[in-house]
Amino acid sequence: MIKINRLNWKIGGEAGYGILSAGEIFAYACLHGGLETFAYLEYPSLIRGGHNTYQVWVREDNVQSHSSHIDLLVALNKETIEKHLHELVPDGGLIYDENDNTLREYACATRQKNCFAVPMADLAKQAGGQKVIRNMVAVGSSFGLINYPYNYLFDLIARFFEKKGSKIIELNQLAAKAGYDYVNHKYSSQFEYKLKVRRINNPKILINGNEAIALGAIKAGMKFYAAYPMTPATSILHYLVAQERNYNLVVKQTEDEIAAINMIVGASFAGVRSMTATSGGGFSLMTEALGLSGMTECGTVVVIAQRPGPATGLPTWTEQGDLRFALHAGQGDFPRVVLAPGDPEECYELTFLAHNIADKYQLPVIILTDKYLAEARQTVPLFNQDSLRIDRGELADTNRLAVDARFVRYAVTMSGVSSRSLPGQAGGIFTANSDEHDDTGLANEEAKVRTIQLEKRMKKIQSLRAYIKEPIKLYGLEGADITLVGWGSTKGPILEAIKALTGEGKQVNFLQVRCFEPFPVKEVDSVLRQAKQRILIENNYSGQLGGLIREKTGIDIAEKILKYDGRPINPEEIINYVNG
Amino acid sequence: MSTGKDFETGQFPTWCPGCGDFGIWTALKNAFVEQGLAPYQICVVFGIGCSGNMASFLNVYGFHGLHGRSIPVATAIKLANHKLPVVAVGGDGDGYGIGLGHLIHAMRRNVDITYVVHNNQIYGLTKGQTSPTTEHGVVTKSTPFGAIEMPINPIALAIDTGATYVARGFSGNVKQLTELIIGAMKHKGFALIDVMQPCITFNHLNTFHWFYQRIYELDKEGHNPVDKAKAWARAMEWPTQLSVDENRIDKIFTGLFYQEYRATYESQLPQLQNQALVEQSIDDINIQPLLEKLA
Ligand SMILES: Cc1ncc(C[n+]2csc(CCOP(=O)(O)OP(=O)(O)O)c2C)c(N)n1
Ligand code: SF4
Ligand SMILES: [Mg+2]
Repeated sequence: MIKINRLNWKIGGEAGYGILSAGEIFAYACLHGGLETFAYLEYPSLIRGGHNTYQVWVREDNVQSHSSHIDLLVALNKETIEKHLHELVPDGGLIYDENDNTLREYACATRQKNCFAVPMADLAKQAGGQKVIRNMVAVGSSFGLINYPYNYLFDLIARFFEKKGSKIIELNQLAAKAGYDYVNHKYSSQFEYKLKVRRINNPKILINGNEAIALGAIKAGMKFYAAYPMTPATSILHYLVAQERNYNLVVKQTEDEIAAINMIVGASFAGVRSMTATSGGGFSLMTEALGLSGMTECGTVVVIAQRPGPATGLPTWTEQGDLRFALHAGQGDFPRVVLAPGDPEECYELTFLAHNIADKYQLPVIILTDKYLAEARQTVPLFNQDSLRIDRGELADTNRLAVDARFVRYAVTMSGVSSRSLPGQAGGIFTANSDEHDDTGLANEEAKVRTIQLEKRMKKIQSLRAYIKEPIKLYGLEGADITLVGWGSTKGPILEAIKALTGEGKQVNFLQVRCFEPFPVKEVDSVLRQAKQRILIENNYSGQLGGLIREKTGIDIAEKILKYDGRPINPEEIINYVNG
Repeated sequence: MSTGKDFETGQFPTWCPGCGDFGIWTALKNAFVEQGLAPYQICVVFGIGCSGNMASFLNVYGFHGLHGRSIPVATAIKLANHKLPVVAVGGDGDGYGIGLGHLIHAMRRNVDITYVVHNNQIYGLTKGQTSPTTEHGVVTKSTPFGAIEMPINPIALAIDTGATYVARGFSGNVKQLTELIIGAMKHKGFALIDVMQPCITFNHLNTFHWFYQRIYELDKEGHNPVDKAKAWARAMEWPTQLSVDENRIDKIFTGLFYQEYRATYESQLPQLQNQALVEQSIDDINIQPLLEKLA
């Protein structure tokens, strides 16, 4: 039976084989043909050698995660077959490079059905290129097999290699075409999976979480970004610095993460929206200055793209092990906001919101993501720009300031938020002080002043509660038989699982927690009290959200799917659990 | 026209009577007054220590940050609003110990800020432990058998690392220190002023008397601060005989060791040429072109 527009494609090869560009070109070629994709890269913490894979799940409806079921596997090395052949569905296909002897022998020994030998190295050579260009032969072969028009590939290669010049573009196109023609003639009639171009009206983009965060920040008027490279947060730095001159940003790679966060506090003090991003290790170094942001009431936005810890951990893999850390990092009590987007659209929207909160409520806002969300690409509609409003909060009016008095920067108010002046503003003099201070910022250790100022700061948490419109989201029907509970990047796999389970006639809904501080006690409690069967799903060992829910609501979620092998949860794991 | 009083918050300093910190406080106020600046036109970032406690005595836009972290804060304030004069103030532990990493990078970065270090060769606020500039062999609370490590030489370090204005002051010479601060603030680039500051409570070696015996002013010796080799040679001179000895010949030079004209970090950012970051409007930023690149 022919299967149209539902294909999960995976290419694997050694690091340095061009797996990333092959995968991205495949995914964008599908996007341009009106198809929706989810594109997911796995790679070890190495530059050369080691095993890379890129998976692209293609459908007509919105694809929200990767999957452990592969329909078409493309092997540029033996390891791809060793590690991933078991993921292939029974009527799936394997394309491999038959010029590689060990690979050929191994492929033939392991699988007969739908085993498509392609002389990739030879075809690359005939196209006039080196062996490295095999990746384009492989992409061409894949599209040839599934009868997807070659011209999408042709155009994309031109776009991807634009900077490398027309010669390289042409070479890659020739190699892709050679693979396309070879497979199309020889094998395409044997393979049942096909992709067909669709006309769609609304333009879509293919974007990952890090890019979405960068876009949210630029849109929010963030002008100062300081960071130290750390996977999986680094691509935010790369993205922003490339826009430095187009959007008038200052993007600074610092000597360490301590400098990065102290800098963004300084920029915020000077009146500029600022942000940093790191992973758990870098955030460990930032904890003292996170409190500085809270104490001096200089709002900041800190992105933690989590990876498995502790210590260096698994640098290029994924985990949700830093929720508790984000909530409690830093000495003493100070107000903070912790947000957790679950997909690229939420990354964009919540980063914009984070900058408004940081400015208006003058405190640190943490955005928690992870490697899976940061780097996997998803097809989404063009981001909305119209309904987003900049909210800078209360700025002191120079005309109403007394020139020679110190400004009461930390005035005690109902909301805990006081209006602020900016350095250089006449009449606005105050001290931003990491020591406890009086209302103009001068150091003060009196019991009464301490109590008043601490309470003033902490009050902001209650004041801003209503400002966060959707601290939770409930997907699916209220009163479903099963309620899945999760946060962050598990959202995609959970929603994919629900689609499949609903198809099987099951009633399942999903409670997504998007804000941990202030914790939406009422909202979470009311959903969970009604739930008939609750299952907690987290990419960590200790079930950190589960613990938090128990602490805040008293509800203990006994059933748990916890995964902490560095790999994202896939929909099948959830489906299997629910189906017992 | 501002006066010295305008730069006082009204809180009288909590420093030990006779502490060298008073002289530095005075020199800063003088330098601001002499440049015709009003308090609101200046931003000073303080570290943590007896030195940093000046945050509560000096009336300016102040930022009293974390121990060792004044430089990154000051750097970012300058990048966010490069029209604002930015000064950083801290101790030797703050700047040469816990914060040394930031200092070295700030010097090679050459952001236009002035860094005044109260170098009392001791940790004052924590009550007398060894610091990165404590002389070899000196007994402190944390080195009861004498400091084993060699002290670092801030002037040599700064010349080597790329600071473009390198000076040593003495809190017993407020007039010279005032001039050095004015010179540093007028200088376009990173300025380090290492100020010898007797801690009368915990440092019983490097006292006012000890310094008066040894100090010589560079400009009176005909030193030319653009001569890097000479600056280096002068920087290398430091007493080898530490005890008070009326017949000693060792010299400590104060004044401007080295000055170089090199483009500042911020002057090399075209995005800052028209407006400071803080002056830019952030309403209605259009990201459509960026979205299209992802389509
Ligand atoms: C992270 C951190 N570690 C330690 C301290 C404690 N502490 C405060 S001041 C100081 C040293 C002060 O020495 P210095 O910087 O030379 O300043 P001084 O008091 O001599 O002016 C220390 C260790 C702190 N505040 N923060
Ligand atoms: S302890 Fe030393 S440095 Fe601190 S105030 Fe007293 S004399 Fe000055
Ligand atoms: Mg000291």
